[in-house]
Amino acid sequence: MSETALSLASLVLEDLHAEIGAKFAPFAGHNMPVQYGMGVMAEHLHCRAKAGLFDVSHMGQVLLYPKTTMADLALALERLMPVDVLGLGLGRQRYGFLTRANGGILDDVMFANRGDHFFIVVNAGRKTEDLAHFAAELSAQAFITPVTERALLALQGPLAAKSMARIVPDIQSLYFMDCGVFNSDFGEIWVSRSGYTGEDGFEISVPNAGAAALAYALFAMPEVAPIGLGARDSLRLEAALCLYGHEIDTSISPIEAGLTWAISKQRRPNGARAGGYLGADAIEAQMRSGPTRKRVGLYPEGRAPMRDGTVLFSTSGVEVGRVTSGGFGPSLSAPIAMGLVDAAHSALGLDLLGEVRGKKLPVKICALPFFPNHFRKRSTT
Amino acid sequence: MKYTKEHEWLRLEGDLVVVGITEHAASSLGDVVFVDLPQVGTDVKLGQEVAVIESVKAASDILAPLDGQIVEVNADLADNPGLINEDPDGRAWFFKMKIKDLSALDSFMTSADYEAFLS
Repeated sequence: MSETALSLASLVLEDLHAEIGAKFAPFAGHNMPVQYGMGVMAEHLHCRAKAGLFDVSHMGQVLLYPKTTMADLALALERLMPVDVLGLGLGRQRYGFLTRANGGILDDVMFANRGDHFFIVVNAGRKTEDLAHFAAELSAQAFITPVTERALLALQGPLAAKSMARIVPDIQSLYFMDCGVFNSDFGEIWVSRSGYTGEDGFEISVPNAGAAALAYALFAMPEVAPIGLGARDSLRLEAALCLYGHEIDTSISPIEAGLTWAISKQRRPNGARAGGYLGADAIEAQMRSGPTRKRVGLYPEGRAPMRDGTVLFSTSGVEVGRVTSGGFGPSLSAPIAMGLVDAAHSALGLDLLGEVRGKKLPVKICALPFFPNHFRKRSTT
Repeated sequence: MKYTKEHEWLRLEGDLVVVGITEHAASSLGDVVFVDLPQVGTDVKLGQEVAVIESVKAASDILAPLDGQIVEVNADLADNPGLINEDPDGRAWFFKMKIKDLSALDSFMTSADYEAFLS
């Protein structure tokens, strides 16, 4: 899909972003705030220290209502994703990915059980493909309703819960990956305790009419600052979260992408509902014998960032893979990257070379994530 | 001080031309995290890539504003690339060039021209 500047979509809050000093750039067909006055580095660190508000309204919000029962719809969704949909409790959200027959990934999604329907959030650049896929695969089981009249905000950081509780006191009842519907001064908001930064926080679907007022109410709190797409990317990179078009795409399997953890046990070989999803043969074969390439963390040893596309070599000069996302990690004050490399060259601690502007520079395979998660998980004791 | 359309500034220091990037350029790049400087002694041609600036967001090339030879580079930038955001017109100079004919500087924009160019 090619998008020209003329067809760039505007966020509902575009005027608000301009007013508070955003610099804009096109991303996935939308005119997006990339950074504000503080700059990417300070925004990143602010989000790790306090609370940051992101406008992620470019992402797709979709409601799936069952034509028969929720269980039928859940089982239909299980044909599209190797995850447990049937067992997802009321008010719970789960990470999943839509697979293709070749074992590649069409998109990664968050889906929530909201009692009489599922709420799904999909990537901005994949909305068209995902909706076409749902229409082709789910029309016997689901009424598919793209949500067009709502903005999506993310409030992330160690103080996010304190800030959000001033908007909706009941928010404290949510733990990581819980979701709920709350009445607020800004209309009915749909909140999940999740995000894309590795921090505690919330994703908040708010009616367009109330979105600006909610954003301003949060910005009025001293700990909350606006955070652009630039810091969103460095935060998710430090947290080692996959980005469609980088760590995952239609040619990369979830096993290669290091997402085996997200394949529910019920759907694995010998599970209660094993297989039965698109690409199961290819994915199960990789689970059995191991993938031929793997996602790894990478620490460049010098100061030069290794960007997306940097070709990676073994120390003996054999090409072994490429960087999928790379840049600078403000919390580590060092360049960091993720890459896909041949499984034979994916061991932790292995030294590789990354070719930057014609020079082969040393880079070491490291554990992920670069920065530890700070989710508010329900105590398991 | 003279200015190029590539948002570099040029300052005459004795018979050398000192080159840096403008505050406008530094602020558009955002937080600089790495600078790749040329080797001292390199002969460069107008428009040739001579240095690379990496910000948190992306990499940008610095082009040679004139034909000449690199005679000194600012080693402070390698240790503290953030200087480019703090003091782009001053301490964050990139390199010094020896050029054949200093009158070549006359063809560049003045401060007033550059202001007009930006707006």
